[in-house]
Amino acid sequence: MIRNRTRSPGDTKSLAASLAELVQPGDLLLLVGHLGAGKTTFAQGFAAGLGINEPVTSPTFTLAREYRGRLLLHHLDVFRLDQISEVLDLGLPELLDSDGVTLIEWGDAIRQALPNDYLEVALTFVDGPDSSPDDRGVVLCPVGPGWQARTQALTTAAARWLEGPTC
Amino acid sequence: MTALDPSDNAPAIVLGIETSCDETAAAVVSGPSHVLSSVVSSQADLHARYGGVVPEIASRAHVELLTPVVAQAVIEAGLRDREVQAVAATAGPGLIGSLLVGVSAAKSLALVWDVPFVAVNHLEAHLYSSFLEEPDLELPVVVLLVSGGHTLLVLMEAFGRYRLIGQTLDDAAGEAFDKVARFMDLGYPGGPVIDRLAMTGDPEAVAFPRPMYADGYDFSFSGLKTAVVNHVRTHHDLDVADIAASFQEAVVDVLVHKARKAAEEFGAKGLCLAGGVAANSSLRERLLDACVAAGISGFLPSRSMCTDNAAMVAAAGWQRLHLDGPSPLDTGANPNLALPFILSGKPAS
Repeated sequence: MIRNRTRSPGDTKSLAASLAELVQPGDLLLLVGHLGAGKTTFAQGFAAGLGINEPVTSPTFTLAREYRGRLLLHHLDVFRLDQISEVLDLGLPELLDSDGVTLIEWGDAIRQALPNDYLEVALTFVDGPDSSPDDRGVVLCPVGPGWQARTQALTTAAARWLEGPTC
Repeated sequence: MTALDPSDNAPAIVLGIETSCDETAAAVVSGPSHVLSSVVSSQADLHARYGGVVPEIASRAHVELLTPVVAQAVIEAGLRDREVQAVAATAGPGLIGSLLVGVSAAKSLALVWDVPFVAVNHLEAHLYSSFLEEPDLELPVVVLLVSGGHTLLVLMEAFGRYRLIGQTLDDAAGEAFDKVARFMDLGYPGGPVIDRLAMTGDPEAVAFPRPMYADGYDFSFSGLKTAVVNHVRTHHDLDVADIAASFQEAVVDVLVHKARKAAEEFGAKGLCLAGGVAANSSLRERLLDACVAAGISGFLPSRSMCTDNAAMVAAAGWQRLHLDGPSPLDTGANPNLALPFILSGKPAS
């Protein structure tokens, strides 16, 4: 796990953009965190890092949106999905097989349907005397051999926001 | 408004089908604005326990509900089935599984009855909804389209001639209502619950941010949602009605301010509301006040016309038939279908 701290929505976007430079075709990222934790904010920064200029809006209503930048970005939201079968209905296996990068919000609910190779990004509110309401904990957890091999690169990309030790 | 020479032989009686989200609806119009019947079967109860629309449940419910809903619309219109002259269906945007049910049904009926099929853009249908109840609205108008999936400010110069003035950069206004309601365990859909609670709350109890208030015509509601979450997390002596009222006031402030500013800057003759959030009582009241203050006409469709319905789909289908003719039968459903903004920049004054 790589623990980071961001100080504002803009700061979360910068971290996301920095991580976007590491991604390769076929990569999968899961965004988890409570309502308002900054999942869509992260997605916006990530998209900007991929060179996507159009507004990245919440995919909650249509479940999936697609954007073209340096790589194709599939932005999914499974907030309302109840069953694994519905995730498969979205064509997830095909998306992961494609040349694009897939970013799934509320992804922890569907973890068991996913291949064992993804980066989990957990966004949390930060409480404490030296924190502001805009502060967020951003924990990166590489899962599977492909992402674990990139732990050092992730740590480097997140250097500015690094808070805790990697383990 | 109409593109029709009244003497032509184009179809007049159009059956419309709407299944883009959680309403199964069918309606019949005769001409561009005469509604013969409009039937809506809401699935809201089915989705309430999940706190939002569940796509798979929605698709199945559409399959079950659509045939009786269409039959009822045709009977209430006083027609026999062979008297329908064209079939229109929402082809997008919306949930793909739900859209497919309506589009497939409409194509099947068009084939069986040997009449034209026409694909309708759900957003265009919403923009047009005001004209069903007020056919003589003077153009151009600014339409504020606010729903669970969309937040758009559009200058409508004629049917099919739109300029995009502003849109949300993150969450739709209705989505913010739903998510705040869900966060506070108020139930689904969030709009009506917050509207009702807000009536007994103090809208000035909490000074939530007015995102991008003075900043162009685009909207951003994600940060406001987060501000509500932050406030609730850090204050434990909360009055839920005050939070609802203060949140709603912040959303309405931004929507009304930008809509009025757009109407004035773009020289609109009037301001119309559309979409599910247009049923919000505070938004309706404040928008009318703004129109009076700006000296323009304001039009608020009835609540049943704001929310998803098929009358607007049938009427927009009628318009599209007369503008472009029938759609090919291989026209598919498109969950991300965009409104055709064929104009850009400011109109010449």
